[in-house]
Amino acid sequence: MEIYILLGFVLILSIYLGLELISKVPSTLHTPLMSGANAISGIALVGALTLTQDTFLQTVIAFLAITFASINVFGGYLVTNRMLSMFKKK
Amino acid sequence: MENFDITLLQNIAYIFAAILFITGIKMLGKEVTAQKGNVISAIGMFIAIIVTAINIVNPFVVLGGILLGAFIGSVIAVKVKMTSIPEMVALFNGFGGLATFFIAWSEMSNTNDNLFQYLLVILTIYIGGVTFSGSLIAFGKLSERLKIGKGHLLTNLFISIFYISLVSILVMLVLPMIGSLPLNFEIIFYVYLALVMLGGVGFVLPIGGGDMPVVISLLNSLSGIAAAFAGLILVNNVLIVAGSLVGASGLILTIIMAKAMNRTIGNILFVGYAASAASSSSEQGEVKPINAEDAFLILENASSVLIVPGYGMAVAQAQHVVRELGELLEENGTDVKYGIHPVAGRMPGHMNVLLAEANVSYDLLAEPDDVNPMMDTVDVAIVIGANDVVNPSATEEPGSPIYGMPILEVANARTVFVLKRSMSSGFAGVQNPLFFKENTRMLFGDAKESISGLVSEFKD
Repeated sequence: MEIYILLGFVLILSIYLGLELISKVPSTLHTPLMSGANAISGIALVGALTLTQDTFLQTVIAFLAITFASINVFGGYLVTNRMLSMFKKK
Repeated sequence: MENFDITLLQNIAYIFAAILFITGIKMLGKEVTAQKGNVISAIGMFIAIIVTAINIVNPFVVLGGILLGAFIGSVIAVKVKMTSIPEMVALFNGFGGLATFFIAWSEMSNTNDNLFQYLLVILTIYIGGVTFSGSLIAFGKLSERLKIGKGHLLTNLFISIFYISLVSILVMLVLPMIGSLPLNFEIIFYVYLALVMLGGVGFVLPIGGGDMPVVISLLNSLSGIAAAFAGLILVNNVLIVAGSLVGASGLILTIIMAKAMNRTIGNILFVGYAASAASSSSEQGEVKPINAEDAFLILENASSVLIVPGYGMAVAQAQHVVRELGELLEENGTDVKYGIHPVAGRMPGHMNVLLAEANVSYDLLAEPDDVNPMMDTVDVAIVIGANDVVNPSATEEPGSPIYGMPILEVANARTVFVLKRSMSSGFAGVQNPLFFKENTRMLFGDAKESISGLVSEFKD
């Protein structure tokens, strides 16, 4: 149980940090911020890599989790980069 | 001992990754540093993935999955048109949610005696599953493949399933306390999985297209929260930190969007605009149409012009001709600005992306608070396919469903051109008195063709 207290601590501090970091973002960047954050949520890939694969069902689930998280990660970062490379000041 | 070393190495690398995510997301908040910020966060992701992959279980499954996902994701990201960004963000977001759904499902078998772990698994399945199916529905609505909306029989059916799915969380949570179950636990669990997926459909199906900026931001937030919960299940700090950052940023965007519509999040999600919005205003009078030639004569003599784009510009893909018109006006000595409403379009910052694609410098884009005070110095305001975000009812008619919503007060400009396909009302279903004002001229037709007409007048 003690471990959950520690993890909960990390959770609360991170949410607070996130709220502080992003509270003032110009509306120009709303889409890239959302898309870039979306790519970060692909961190689920790290979790998917650690799943146990003892049974056939577990293996299939792990494969699907890895595949979909990878789409999220690669697609998310690439499209955010594509978008941001268009934002220019003349 | 060797095993211990790997775990230690991984945890140290996770700390680095977390720092890179935090730095990256901070830099994403400023125009000048945004692109670098995205790269830094990608490096953090790369480090986290590499150190995790050191002691993988089954290299074929892992590498196969990563390569397949990387291929699909990259192809979509490179090929997608900028006008389709909203639905694509929704799709990627849904896939992230689906991954956490699978993680939690897989971890179900490790919950044996740990009740807290069981609770986490049940909740994570719910958040991840709803994020996935909800995002798919948002994708369908944004790409206009899915036309079912509020009031449809299917919609009502799915809304009921959504409420049942909420109750089913509670059922699942108390289940372990019941001694003997009437059914095999596995069967109940699969029913739960199905309810979660269908519930997400019912969550998003009744929400209208104009409210999509709020829904996308919220789903984005949920996918982050799901990842953070998966981190709690797997006892993995980097998932918790990264997931929480995403959850927080999505939440802030959701609040900004709801504020820009002057509505509460609950009202947007569960009520929608009052259907009885048959706003009385009968004293509307006549609209005054104008043709490209006359519009050109007025524009030629204008010293300041404000361009206000809306979803209609995205539909007509008119952003490039709009930029061309802006440049021609500037060459003619006119001061040109773009007035961008936060909820114009179908996602937060939708108009900004389109204008950036068309090469419009971002310092020409102004928010309502910046342009409204000097609206009376604007000679011509050109409204391109925007409706509710310029509707004066929001400031003048206390009975209107959109009363109180901050708008771009273009009615205060000397002349207003409204480019519009027809006289239909906007997403809120509210008639727009702007069209009937003394200083308003309607330029009917496809936005792209109308602007092209103006551009060719300038070139002659």
